[in-house]
Amino acid sequence: MMFTIVLYILALVLLIVSFIKDTGKTKMALKKAWKSFENILPQFIVILIIVGIMLAAISPEVISRLIGNQSGWTGMLIAAVIGAITLVPGFVAFPLAAALLNGGAGLMQIAVFISTLMMVGIVTIPVEISYFGKKATFLRNGMAFLFSFVVALVIGVILR
Amino acid sequence: MMKLLKRYRIALVLAVLNLLLLVIFPTIGRSSIELTRNNVREMLMVIPPIFMLLGLLDVWVKRETMIKLMGDNSGFSGAVIAFLMGSAAAGPLYAAFPIAGILLKKGSKLSNVLIFIGAWSTTKIPLLLFEASSLGWEFMVTRFAVNLVGIGTIAFVIEKFLAVEDKKAIYKKAATMN
Repeated sequence: MMFTIVLYILALVLLIVSFIKDTGKTKMALKKAWKSFENILPQFIVILIIVGIMLAAISPEVISRLIGNQSGWTGMLIAAVIGAITLVPGFVAFPLAAALLNGGAGLMQIAVFISTLMMVGIVTIPVEISYFGKKATFLRNGMAFLFSFVVALVIGVILR
Repeated sequence: MMKLLKRYRIALVLAVLNLLLLVIFPTIGRSSIELTRNNVREMLMVIPPIFMLLGLLDVWVKRETMIKLMGDNSGFSGAVIAFLMGSAAAGPLYAAFPIAGILLKKGSKLSNVLIFIGAWSTTKIPLLLFEASSLGWEFMVTRFAVNLVGIGTIAFVIEKFLAVEDKKAIYKKAATMN
């Protein structure tokens, strides 16, 4: 929240400076900003609707049942997959993770969940491909998926 | 008009699907619409400054400057700049891709742009603070340390794995997307 405000102030200050220095260029910058946004807007809307439906269908209770303390590797795999397909804003994800922990989810399962949640984006893959192409996109998401288990293992070892 | 409809057709299909949900499973349908509305609100809050900065970056930062800062010969400092840029971000991952596109268009090294994406996805400073308060400092610091290594490794490996033509195609895409 705070950060968004900082970002707004930064953008506005730079915009004003830019405007004073060169009105034409500033107008062009705003035009480009709008064009880039409008270019990607249909895909953004798709993402937002899919996320809404998915989050409504998968409740925290369901998740914590699937990835409990005793769920072991299967639980970690399930956690990783759920994290990879869902897309939750950070300020929702961390309290959710804390709630899941309290609800009986295992620490390593939560670590892998948080990690794939943030790094792997199945829903956003079409957007990613339109900028990076298929190969780089699949490589990045695949490696991030595997890497999430490394994160979980390290956390499991250090915080045990 | 037809063109507009075509571009938004998947979004429209999904919107209809959501309305059908509302009829068939009212509870899920209602909460999914509620969630979508909240997400849209979040997007509209966070995205204007990001795209404003993107536009300014495109207009003011010269290609030569970007190449010097984050280009092929920018070395370790280029990677650090990319990491800091990504970490200082706010907003969802999908907002990072248009910025990555501009960075590529301006001549940044691919691995640096991938570091930027990695940092944006998982080591954003505002989120780190949030993570620490929700899951504890040890959890956050451990994850951060492992991520530092992971983000760099992933970027390095992808850069190595891609053939020259793959990279050319990516830079070409970046020039047309923005």
